[in-house]
Amino acid sequence: MGKLRPGTIILVVCLLALAVLPWFAEKYYVQLFTKMMIMAIFAMSLDLLVGFTGLVSLGHAAFFGVAGYVLAFAAPEYEAANLWVSLPLAMACSGLLALVIGVLVLRTSGIYFIMVTLAFAQMVFFLFHDTEFGGGADGIYVYAKPVAAIAGWEPFTLENHTHFYFVVLALLVLVYTGLRILLDSLFGRVIVGIRVNEHRMRSLGYRTFRYKLACFVLAGVLAGMAGYFAAAQFGFVNPETLGWHQSGSVLMMVILGGMGTLTGAVVGAFSMILLELGLQGLPAIGGMDLSKHWQLLMGGFIVCAVLLLPHGLLGLGRTASRLRRKPAEARDG
Amino acid sequence: MDANTFLIQVLNGIQYGLLLFLVASGLTLILGIMGIINLAHGTFYMVGAYLAFSLSQHFGNLWLAMAGGVVIAVVIGLVLEWLLISRLYHRDHLYQVLLTYGLILIFEELRSVVFGDDVHGVAVPEILRVSIPLTETLSYPVYRLWMSAVCLVLAVGMYFLIQKTRLGMIIRAGAANREMVQSLGININLLYRLVFALGVALAAFAGMIAAPVASVFPGMGNQVLIVCFVVVVIGGIGSVKGAMLAAILIGLVDTFGKVISLEIGGVQLLPQLSGMMIYVLMAGVLLARPEGLFGKRA
Repeated sequence: MGKLRPGTIILVVCLLALAVLPWFAEKYYVQLFTKMMIMAIFAMSLDLLVGFTGLVSLGHAAFFGVAGYVLAFAAPEYEAANLWVSLPLAMACSGLLALVIGVLVLRTSGIYFIMVTLAFAQMVFFLFHDTEFGGGADGIYVYAKPVAAIAGWEPFTLENHTHFYFVVLALLVLVYTGLRILLDSLFGRVIVGIRVNEHRMRSLGYRTFRYKLACFVLAGVLAGMAGYFAAAQFGFVNPETLGWHQSGSVLMMVILGGMGTLTGAVVGAFSMILLELGLQGLPAIGGMDLSKHWQLLMGGFIVCAVLLLPHGLLGLGRTASRLRRKPAEARDG
Repeated sequence: MDANTFLIQVLNGIQYGLLLFLVASGLTLILGIMGIINLAHGTFYMVGAYLAFSLSQHFGNLWLAMAGGVVIAVVIGLVLEWLLISRLYHRDHLYQVLLTYGLILIFEELRSVVFGDDVHGVAVPEILRVSIPLTETLSYPVYRLWMSAVCLVLAVGMYFLIQKTRLGMIIRAGAANREMVQSLGININLLYRLVFALGVALAAFAGMIAAPVASVFPGMGNQVLIVCFVVVVIGGIGSVKGAMLAAILIGLVDTFGKVISLEIGGVQLLPQLSGMMIYVLMAGVLLARPEGLFGKRA
């Protein structure tokens, strides 16, 4: 074992804080943190694409939303779905969709890739928006949370908000650790190599298309996991959950925290949701209801963040030190 | 479907396609020449429609509103490029996506603050408020024909500007090699600012002439933006010719997707799934030619 780095210590402290939170916080906050952790899983899955493989996807919400719809179909009317069946099913459907879309979109790169991912996600949006089987524009309710019964034995119940919280926390840790191990493996080195120089990786004999497709599908599966729990928590799914605003906002989470770090995605997800709440709670100023028009300030914030925080929140130190050293260079970079 | 209905749908499809071309040509020029992916482009279409709505109420005349609206759109374009977009040329596409996404939120919310969230209508100008009768029950509005004509004139004008004038030559050179053009003593920053403003003005103008037939409503810009992305992907980035062909193609596919009914194996596919048609078309083009019909192979 090497020496403990300050980053690791902070990580462990935050994790401990999350682990004891339900004993100190009210129900509202427990549910809020559950939502933040779900979005953190979603953001990490996108970070795998954007930050590590260098694929800027603007349609990632499609995989998130589809998994929610699978849960809604698996729990018709007031019957609850079985967690152990519906969760793998939902993730598999997201993965399958990612495979089909991935084969098409990965034929392109750069600006094309951004536009094509957006367009295909929009196609999925219209599929649910214009047809009746998914409830059309109104979406469907998920009346009952999935049941975690194995042959009559129920280790936990998602109807209990504390249980729900711990399940999501466990998944967050699991996904984070899993992705860390994956990224430290040869596979991880290869995909980072693809981001840096795909031609070189190809000439080294790696079939880069397969690696990128594997990443795209894995990211889709993980986004599906997040989407499944989001649908279970909110109790409904509608086309907006797979719309492009959702894709834009999760991309913002990844960038805000600092992409290519995984922890950045988590920090970004937490801060974006807190910011959103903060803006929605603003008072009316001079006859203008700011809480109703909070998106105005959110847009302003995004524009400023892009211009002023090139390395995200986690990279604040880096941005500041560069500003001190070389003002001109920092401005360009 | 009889011949008259068919004719009407063809005209509608071409008119929709030409309108898409106006928006998409700006998008593809900004992409091809400046290398900027501008998500807010559809927003300018919405801005144009709302300008037509508010200015025509103010002046009581759509022509004056259009003239005023174009001037305002050009100013918006110049200011945005100077203030924000010019800082993005050396940044990754990712940041261009985010900044322009932020702009969408700002413009949508400003629209909500100023005009509210209701759907508005704009009256067709009096001289064009006639229809050409086709049969006893069918007729075709002259305004739609006028729209197509205006779009065609602008398309020809743009072709002339880019292919035949000195400015167009510099624009094409700038797209091919930015540094070389700069070292030849041409102010590339000014050129980019003009191209961006031209794109904004085209999108806004499209919104203005569409306002009387499509009405003015929240979110109208984003709808157009994504269709225009499909146009650009099919036509090939930076190709105005490709944008023209793809826009007409999509206009026709979308229009006919909505009026033809198609049933396969007892499942009604069209018009229910007409919204998906253009994306299926795009998927087909991507499989055959990932760089678009008129795009350069990377």
